[in-house]
Amino acid sequence: MNDDVKLGGLAWHLAVLSLTAIGGGVVLVAPDVHHYVSVQNHWLTDEQFAAMYALAQAAPGPNLLFVTLIGWMIKSWLGAVVVTLAAIVPSSCLVLALGTVINRHGGGEGRWAGALRDALAPLAAGMLAGAAWTFLSVAGAGWRGIVLALAAAAAAYATKLNPLWLIALGALAGAIGLV
Amino acid sequence: MQDARVGCWALFKVFSHMAMQGFGGVLPFAYRHLVERTQWLTAAEFGQLLSIAQLLPGPTICNLSVMVGQRYAGAAGGFSALAGLLLGPFFIVIALGAAYQELAHHPLFVSAMRGMAAAASGLILATALKLAVGMLRSSAAKPAAATGEVGLDVGRTLFWRRVVQVALLMAAFVGLGVAKVGLITVVATLVPIGFLLFAFVWRKP
Repeated sequence: MNDDVKLGGLAWHLAVLSLTAIGGGVVLVAPDVHHYVSVQNHWLTDEQFAAMYALAQAAPGPNLLFVTLIGWMIKSWLGAVVVTLAAIVPSSCLVLALGTVINRHGGGEGRWAGALRDALAPLAAGMLAGAAWTFLSVAGAGWRGIVLALAAAAAAYATKLNPLWLIALGALAGAIGLV
Repeated sequence: MQDARVGCWALFKVFSHMAMQGFGGVLPFAYRHLVERTQWLTAAEFGQLLSIAQLLPGPTICNLSVMVGQRYAGAAGGFSALAGLLLGPFFIVIALGAAYQELAHHPLFVSAMRGMAAAASGLILATALKLAVGMLRSSAAKPAAATGEVGLDVGRTLFWRRVVQVALLMAAFVGLGVAKVGLITVVATLVPIGFLLFAFVWRKP
């Protein structure tokens, strides 16, 4: 398949997905993007895909930039720009459209917003756990990887440690052969 | 609330500043910059905008930047804030990606990345855990006024709300992570179910 067609397909896919990712942030698109990029089209290996998220997590800025890295891996600068725009422009336009209303009337407090929030809280938690599961199963780290992930989760949950330290410790554990 | 002194350039600068500091998540820095330093928002406004940003599709922090930018300088302000948030980190991740491609064949680097990826998935899991625990705690709190016959009703509603919450959580996990039916299917099925149940059957007492 032609490279531009590939990129267009991924961009369209991401634009639709980012409009669906409600309640839990952009990491929710990860399982679908993995399926599209690694399983269906073999543009990235499983390990590369998991590494892209880890890199974005280690960099400053929003984690959504992991899709930027996937675009970069597929088609360099053009890929990075197209994929990033596809992931943020549709949802940002929606926010702008609704924002006029929100800034004028306030919002998010009524009965319907309350019910929506009640529904989204458990769904976001479950979908995030599902995304974590996806990363873990593609990272190729086996049972030791699962132990490391659970330890990192416990540390991040119980302490106020900057996540960057946990990422660094994970890299160290990998480098010395623990994972 | 509309402040003429806050223009597109100021929005761009403040948002790029917080983004470049935001190792491991931008939100804590967003609070520091928007509420404490610039005082563009009060703590209550920040909380309200954040909860709307989470309800809307797309990355939460991007939605927040667009809403804040728009409040001060219209659509151009929204895009200025968003550009500030993304531009610097964009080049940093590209640099990291290029380094990754250079080092990709080095065995030590590959195993370090494997450990990093496992830790990163642990961080996602921790966020899920925080959301789940916060949700169960808030649904456990019984209104003080509810006593006697009314209290029994309230208790029953709260019980069923928790059952539904746990069921939705499990269904979302299995659907997205294990059965891999895709985000669109999960959202299009479970959001309406949850919304209808919480709006009409077990409303917050």
